[in-house]
Amino acid sequence: MSQLKYALYTGCTARESTPELLSSTLAVAKKLGIEIVLLDEASCCGASHLQDFDEFLSLVLNARNICYAEKLGLPMITICNTCQLNTVMTKERLDNDPEMKAKVNEKLAEVGLEYKGTSTVRHFLYALIDDYGLENIREKVEVPLSHFNIAPFYGCHNLRPSHIHYKHNAPLAPNSEIGEGGGESAIQEVELMEKYTHESPYAPTSLDSLIEALEGKSVDYESKNKCCGFHVDLQAPETSNALSGTALLDAIDNNADLMVTPCPLCQLNMDLKQESAGKQLGRDIELPVLHMPQMVALALGCSKEEIGLKFNVTKATDLI
Amino acid sequence: MSKKTVTIKAFRFNAETDYLPYYKKYEMEVGKDELILDLLNRIKWEHDGSFSYRRSCRHGICGACGIKVNGKATLACKQNAMELVELFGDELVFEPQSKKRAVKDMIIDKGDFWEKHAAVKPFVEAEIDPHPTSETIMSKEQVENFLDADYCIQCGACHYACPVIEVNEDYLGPAAFAAAYRFTVDPRDDAGKERLKTTAELGSGVWDCVKCFECAEACPKDVNPIEKITKLHNMQFEQGVAKRNVATKHAEGFVRSIKKFGYLDEQDIVLYSEGLGVVKHLSEAFKMIKAGKVHPFDIAKKKMPRSKNLDEIKKLIEISQKNEL
Repeated sequence: MSQLKYALYTGCTARESTPELLSSTLAVAKKLGIEIVLLDEASCCGASHLQDFDEFLSLVLNARNICYAEKLGLPMITICNTCQLNTVMTKERLDNDPEMKAKVNEKLAEVGLEYKGTSTVRHFLYALIDDYGLENIREKVEVPLSHFNIAPFYGCHNLRPSHIHYKHNAPLAPNSEIGEGGGESAIQEVELMEKYTHESPYAPTSLDSLIEALEGKSVDYESKNKCCGFHVDLQAPETSNALSGTALLDAIDNNADLMVTPCPLCQLNMDLKQESAGKQLGRDIELPVLHMPQMVALALGCSKEEIGLKFNVTKATDLI
Repeated sequence: MSKKTVTIKAFRFNAETDYLPYYKKYEMEVGKDELILDLLNRIKWEHDGSFSYRRSCRHGICGACGIKVNGKATLACKQNAMELVELFGDELVFEPQSKKRAVKDMIIDKGDFWEKHAAVKPFVEAEIDPHPTSETIMSKEQVENFLDADYCIQCGACHYACPVIEVNEDYLGPAAFAAAYRFTVDPRDDAGKERLKTTAELGSGVWDCVKCFECAEACPKDVNPIEKITKLHNMQFEQGVAKRNVATKHAEGFVRSIKKFGYLDEQDIVLYSEGLGVVKHLSEAFKMIKAGKVHPFDIAKKKMPRSKNLDEIKKLIEISQKNEL
């Protein structure tokens, strides 16, 4: 395999309240021989909230982030579902709307940048599965996870909307041009099954197959593709608690020993709010919730410091 | 050759006579051109005449035959059955859009949907001259602005796919919001501000959307309700309807953080949005400090990471920001 090299857009959470996400991501990449260049120039993606306040500003800032991957000539990867979606929604808009692209580039020109649309943007989960390959990951397993029932929690923004996912998170088809866009119109023009080939939002498989490649047992439960409620945690904590609590209890009731998610916002919400969600729903909730790269790092035999389980709020240090 | 044996597990319930719902299995050969509606018909015509579901136009326009198949919102008359067999395997589970609202089999009480839909004035409100001397001309752009939202057939697919509807009974929901958007951007309409105010309310309005995109995925007419929800959010600021509250400050607070650090200041955004309400987050803050995620002294010292070339970010915000709170 030729060496894989990506520009990593860390997002804010990995630099602040979930340092374990960044350290485990870098550890996994090192173990697998994947080269990572950190996009230190990048700013916050707006997490859908900036988009609610000022859509144009969010397009400009996200386009700037992509510019830095383009300048390196590298595909961009993300380690947060919400960063992933907000970045590709910007890409989608600019690649499809020449007028908007010109308006955004007019602003970017003021700081000497230009958005071209030459870099792909995918979540690290799919880079691992589709570029590195599950079989190759399986060969690198040093600590099989065979004694764990692991509940995959996919997180909305990697799955939905499928007309965006299929275009950006799936590996690029041969002969297709990067930056051609097409996802926005795909909502109407592309057949259902084509949109669902890479990952179906109603029956997703990627995280399950990654768990199996690490020799863990993946837990089948209804809530795995549902919403955790993170984005209304401030204004509607009851909604957020009801959604995250229901998903956690569903996993527990299906004998999960731990939960794993590719999204740090899901992880924070599900890890940190177990006590308040449990209180609201009238049941005790205690389930370790790992970041996807933490789980992979665990199986690849990375160091304790790199995996960073001590940073998980619900006790996870016993997993080693 | 192109037929396949499929088992249908159908939700059965009669609110008048049954204590609990149950599932009944029907096995049938399904052809490649059959629709989910054909299978509903065949259960009724070939197996059990009491099986109940709504249907009318068979052309994807009346919105009556919405159900869920293996959890996927489905307009029965538009959805090819084999496609779903390919997706879910040869056992298809037919359920009403909302099990807790079931009246009989696939038929639900859609009262909450209609009530919420009506609450946003889903019609053009205008002083109309009864004797007009000319047509009301709309530009292509004006029409395109609401054309996709206008395709809504009120089938309820997005409404009952929305998780917030299930946990917050005040929430108006994606179909009502898409309708609110559609009529607010109609140049003939005069009730836009009122609709924006209605949909800006905390608890029932757009700020309670969890951004799960279930509605975009569920809609059989590609209305993409969440895209309209984002537009309603922006219009609140553009038209000066937004009030300062925890949700609007949260949205605007992102700019404040990004200007300072490039990154979002995760502690400041909670403090800034909540104001004094921040005390309710203390137990979580302690948990984060205990796990070493947050260092209490950093909060005072503001040891925030900063994006490289922060000047560029500041400049871009200065020259690109359009909205204010």
